Amino acid sequence: MAASKPRLKFPEQASAGEIIEIKALITHVMETGNRKDADGNRIPRDIIHTFTAHYDDQLIFKAEFGPGISANPFISFFLKVPGPGELWVSWKDDAGGETIERYPLNVV
Amino acid sequence: MTSRSPAADRLIDRRTLLASTGALALAAATSRPAFADTQAGRAEAAAADAPPLVPTPQFEQAFAKVVGNGTPIEGRVVLELPEDAENGNIVPYKISIESPMTADDHIAEVHLLSTQNPQASVAVFQFTPLSGKAAVSGRMRLAKTQEVVAVALTSSNTLLIGRHKITVGIGGCGAE
Repeated sequence: MAASKPRLKFPEQASAGEIIEIKALITHVMETGNRKDADGNRIPRDIIHTFTAHYDDQLIFKAEFGPGISANPFISFFLKVPGPGELWVSWKDDAGGETIERYPLNVV
Repeated sequence: MTSRSPAADRLIDRRTLLASTGALALAAATSRPAFADTQAGRAEAAAADAPPLVPTPQFEQAFAKVVGNGTPIEGRVVLELPEDAENGNIVPYKISIESPMTADDHIAEVHLLSTQNPQASVAVFQFTPLSGKAAVSGRMRLAKTQEVVAVALTSSNTLLIGRHKITVGIGGCGAE
């Protein structure tokens, strides 16, 4: 299952130097690879294995997920706002899909 | 959890640390099955303490890979989970570590490990000075009642550890 419906939540505006919380949620089955279907066949693993957050070209935060992360993975992390810029986040899954979302940050 | 202050940690030099962790390991072998590291200690611990919480071989491997020869320091990693989780499919976790998060002194990496899940490594988080705060939260799966462990690595390669015991109702890893 491809990843879909990414949602990001963060303050509408922030000042330079401020530390803000960013919450990210995406719809994904996060199939562990441990489960079997009704016929006893193993259901192949399909998880989002990597989440990254960048500010312009600089890495803010990265998470590598195993099958122990719940379906529809939610992640909260922080950013120390360096100044005006663009926040962009990426989710990569086992099916080879990558979802990228970009958000300009309103820095006052 | 442990209530040792960060200041107390800084006062301990390597030798006393090694000695005291040695003592801790002995204590663990007799009273805390989760971290007994010898076969004999494990059997003894399992017999002495019910229910037995012997970490999986997967956990031992993953833990050894993270810490190498180092001995992680207890006290600075705050790992928050509920005491009880009815549903092991969605268990909220929160990890935070006090750190200035400067280029010279920051938390670089945090490993979230399960002692009882089929796959021990739940997540690996990487922080940068841009993170501002070494804190992360999310939702994890837990197969059964167990101890969850978070190991952090600072930019100067110091290992820190936090633990949390949690009772799980319905397991959530889709195992078997």
